Amino acid sequence: MFKLLDSSARQVLIELDGAEVSVPADISVAAALLYLDCLPLRHSAISGAARAPFCMMGICFECLVEIDGDRDQRACQLMVRPGMRLRRQLAPAQGAGA
Amino acid sequence: MTRQVIQAYDTVIVGGGLVGAAVACGIAATGAKTIVLDGGDHDFRASRGNFGLVWVQGKGADFPAYARLSGGAARQWPNFADELLETTGIDVGLQQTGGYDFCLSPEDWEEREREMSQVAAHTNGEFEYQMLDTNALRERIPQVSAEVLGASYSPQDGHVNPLYLLRALHQRMQQLGATYQSGQVVQSSSRQSDRFVIKTATRSFHCERVVFCAGLSNQRLCRDLGMHIPVQPLRGQLLITDRVPAFLPAATLQVRQTREGTLQIGDSHEDVGLDESTTLDVVTRLARRALRIFPHLAQVRLNRAWGALRVMTPDGVPIYQQADEHPGAYAISCHSGVTLAALHAREIAGWISSGAQDPLLVPFSTRRFDV
Repeated sequence: MFKLLDSSARQVLIELDGAEVSVPADISVAAALLYLDCLPLRHSAISGAARAPFCMMGICFECLVEIDGDRDQRACQLMVRPGMRLRRQLAPAQGAGA
Repeated sequence: MTRQVIQAYDTVIVGGGLVGAAVACGIAATGAKTIVLDGGDHDFRASRGNFGLVWVQGKGADFPAYARLSGGAARQWPNFADELLETTGIDVGLQQTGGYDFCLSPEDWEEREREMSQVAAHTNGEFEYQMLDTNALRERIPQVSAEVLGASYSPQDGHVNPLYLLRALHQRMQQLGATYQSGQVVQSSSRQSDRFVIKTATRSFHCERVVFCAGLSNQRLCRDLGMHIPVQPLRGQLLITDRVPAFLPAATLQVRQTREGTLQIGDSHEDVGLDESTTLDVVTRLARRALRIFPHLAQVRLNRAWGALRVMTPDGVPIYQQADEHPGAYAISCHSGVTLAALHAREIAGWISSGAQDPLLVPFSTRRFDV
């Protein structure tokens, strides 16, 4: 869906849902997730509805993702780091309140 | 100099928060030409910072008339919410499935038990409650820590989304013909022969009746018409978390889960004057207490916090006052604008419209402070 403007951009390896993937180095985690086209990113904790990054500037809280074991991090507010472990929050019943 | 514009109304309501808007609905419904004068966006606004509880538990333990008033107001809520939905299309999200107030120490438990039995006695048993020990509580809400001693519970409590409520009341009062103007801070009020003159920086409003529902400003505003309204700010800080799966079957005084899944953590009380900032120590204390009750929330992310100023009378009981020297001028001061909303839109608006004495409201005049 999304294409890189600069196809020569440096790539780094990260982990998504247990699989190693390559993404551009100097972009946000949310941009990387869109680049990987791995939607839905998560399901709503209440309704179970499929969600995706929306505002890309930290206010809508739609791009929440588990990073290195910490849940509910805003992917748009963090840059990609080599080796970071991302996990999509796909199952609504596995949240903190379950 | 701009010329002062004079406008005439039957009723001027000073304050467009939950109290003013509710009263305006009831008064406008009688056909009276009504205007609501509201202040600025940066004024202290309890209505935009509150927790959203419909709460009867413990109210009026030492003031029988308040226990009855509050219980009666809460019982009207289901019908009031339906009415707002029907007329405005706004669902204020009433969930009146009961409320829990957790006891974390033996002293908490004793005090709670005393309050509950008092309120039940004052209302001839109309107020229903249970004291639940740890096991009984954990059967209802399994996520509660075994360290919690128990909770008081009343099936009559509940919660709404207070912002939707404010919006619904504003829409309703305007449907009923009331005019709303913001940025109209009242500077002075006086009586000139048979009418009141209410002045803002740019306008003068002439009216037969004036109702002050201006929160903390009632103290200053009502003085002009001879009413002494002793209200003080009491700060509450409130924490907002990410949305989590629904786990609370009912409201609690300490933690409320919105319909959208967000947790609100609150119930702090600080006497710090006109300061609505947040402080790290209170935010920490609120978060720690929430975790003592619900340890499973440890990994939930906190998104923001805010402070708001409650409007407190010396005894915590509402003031419903008609000016002795200036009949037609009224003051309403309370900190339970959500719980009492239906009462304000109905009985209180009726009392003001009729101009008569209401024996049920006599205990709520400021005469109780004159010693």
